[in-house]
Amino acid sequence: MRFSINGDIHEVEVDVRTSLLDLLREHLHLTGSKKGCNQGACGACTVLVDGERINACLALAVQYQGREIITIEGVGTPGQLAAIQAAFVKHDGFQCGYCTPGQICSAIGMAAEAKRGLPSFVSADLSGLSTIDHDELRERMSGNLCRCGAYNGIIDAIREVFVDETTTPVKFEEAA
Amino acid sequence: MLAFDYTRVDTPAEAIALAVRDLDARYLGGGTNLVDLMRETIEAPRSLIDVTGISDEIVVQQNGAVLIGAAAKNTAVAENAAIRAQFPMLARAILSGASAQIRNMATTGGNLLQRTRCYYFYDDAARCNKRVSGAGCDAIDGFNRIHAILGTSSSCVATHPSDMCVALAALDAIVHIDGPEGQRMIPLIDFHCLPDDQPQIEAVLRPAELITAIELPAASASPRGTYRKVRDRASYAFALVSVAADLTIEGGRVADVRLALGGVAHKPWRAFKAEAALRGQPATEASFLTAAEAELADAQPLRDNAFKVPLAKRTIVAVLSDLAGVTA
Ligand SMILES: Cc1cc2nc3c(=O)[nH]c(=O)nc-3n(C[C@H](O)[C@H](O)[C@H](O)COP(=O)(O)OP(=O)(O)OC[C@H]3O[C@@H](n4cnc5c(N)ncnc54)[C@H](O)[C@@H]3O)c2cc1C
Ligand code: SF4
Ligand code: FES
Ligand code: FES
Repeated sequence: MRFSINGDIHEVEVDVRTSLLDLLREHLHLTGSKKGCNQGACGACTVLVDGERINACLALAVQYQGREIITIEGVGTPGQLAAIQAAFVKHDGFQCGYCTPGQICSAIGMAAEAKRGLPSFVSADLSGLSTIDHDELRERMSGNLCRCGAYNGIIDAIREVFVDETTTPVKFEEAA
Repeated sequence: MLAFDYTRVDTPAEAIALAVRDLDARYLGGGTNLVDLMRETIEAPRSLIDVTGISDEIVVQQNGAVLIGAAAKNTAVAENAAIRAQFPMLARAILSGASAQIRNMATTGGNLLQRTRCYYFYDDAARCNKRVSGAGCDAIDGFNRIHAILGTSSSCVATHPSDMCVALAALDAIVHIDGPEGQRMIPLIDFHCLPDDQPQIEAVLRPAELITAIELPAASASPRGTYRKVRDRASYAFALVSVAADLTIEGGRVADVRLALGGVAHKPWRAFKAEAALRGQPATEASFLTAAEAELADAQPLRDNAFKVPLAKRTIVAVLSDLAGVTA
């Protein structure tokens, strides 16, 4: 199978049973993406596929050939942190750090969704014009659990980096 | 997970041709339910036919109906401008389900056929008629707080967990199906089955039949219809009880109403009794309560889920009162 991950092409021989998460971690040794529940319930395995956040643990790798996969390793490096990574450090957006790669990939996907006007369940109206306030952020990030309870720092970091962008969502008609 | 063959197809015809050849095959959407069940070997298909390549288009037809391709992702449906504007209850129901990550993977067809979240169904040390026909049901006398109160049988008390389907039931959606014997259409409210003595049969699909699209008739649905979901935490949890509702009021009376309940039955539950009790009645809290009581009169709660009866009534009254602009 042939995959595009963080801009690199990987050709690998794997069983069709392999999940995208196991492909990343066990076969390509990209261990940034974490395995928490392995059943879609925690978000630790969140990666971006063509810019959209998904749970790699429930994804059969075979279905994701030919797509642009980005993992935390593709977001930034220790010498060159992405703004959202630096903000997690600044705001204490983690304690043990296990959920952090998933939180960061999820936040990047979330920001893109908000920017294109996707409403959330708590949006007062569905037009996509709601401002991304505290409740919106918590709802939109609810697919990522943090056992350490670093939620306040996580929300502060995401607000600092993304909220300027997400408070001016596109108009409803333009989103059509 | 047991070994399987994998094939990706682009058209319903290819999918059906493969499925006819191997009746142990399963269609694969986003995999968010099927992969999980295969990992636990609760499902063990010999081959998977990936149908995420069939139509995912969302098309508004000339008569105002909307056709949603079965491969359309849950996010894409909730995001569609026509659906947000004309069928807000559907957009809200989808957005209340699972997490953003899962909604980005899950397909419309897969959402319809997702399986129950009864814990005993997932636990192969437990007895479950749905998993092993005739084995018994550990939920009936077990922990059954999340289980059904309407339409249950002595063989199964599980619920259908979908939020999206509750809105589809209220909206008179139609399921488009293709199969070895050709195409057919089934109203969503007739698509899922009650458990009776065959809880393993969850929908009326025949072998190798494929869902190709969901049609939303351009009905009287007002842009005010809504969806409310009551659950154990504020987000990312299945419904204990949910309500999809739309209300048309003329001269202070209920001219039309659509009401469906989630979390209470083996299928999305269209509340026909409540609807009948409401039509022509004054749009007041008292009528809403009478209607809710008419619907829940048949409820048969189990040891741990009796709370769902008053909860369902209160939620119905609250949602209808909100839509009517009267305070509950
Ligand atoms: C942690 C978690 C939380 C969740 N919370 C919620 C929630 O709150 N509310 C909610 O509604 N849902 C919830 N879900 C369920 C989720 O919505 C479903 O798993 C999803 O909709 C299934 O879609 P899929 O495309 O991934 O289906 P798959 O897993 O690919 O398939 C599911 C079933 O549908 C069949 N199938 C797929 N496509 C077709 C087709 N075109 N024709 C015929 N058969 C087909 C498959 O054979 C399989 O039997 C949750 C899931 C998880 C993992
Ligand atoms: S309620 Fe249904 S799904 Fe749950 S254990 Fe009983 S038979 Fe199985
Ligand atoms: S490991 Fe994928 S969601 Fe928990
Ligand atoms: S920082 Fe420990 S789980 Fe989130």
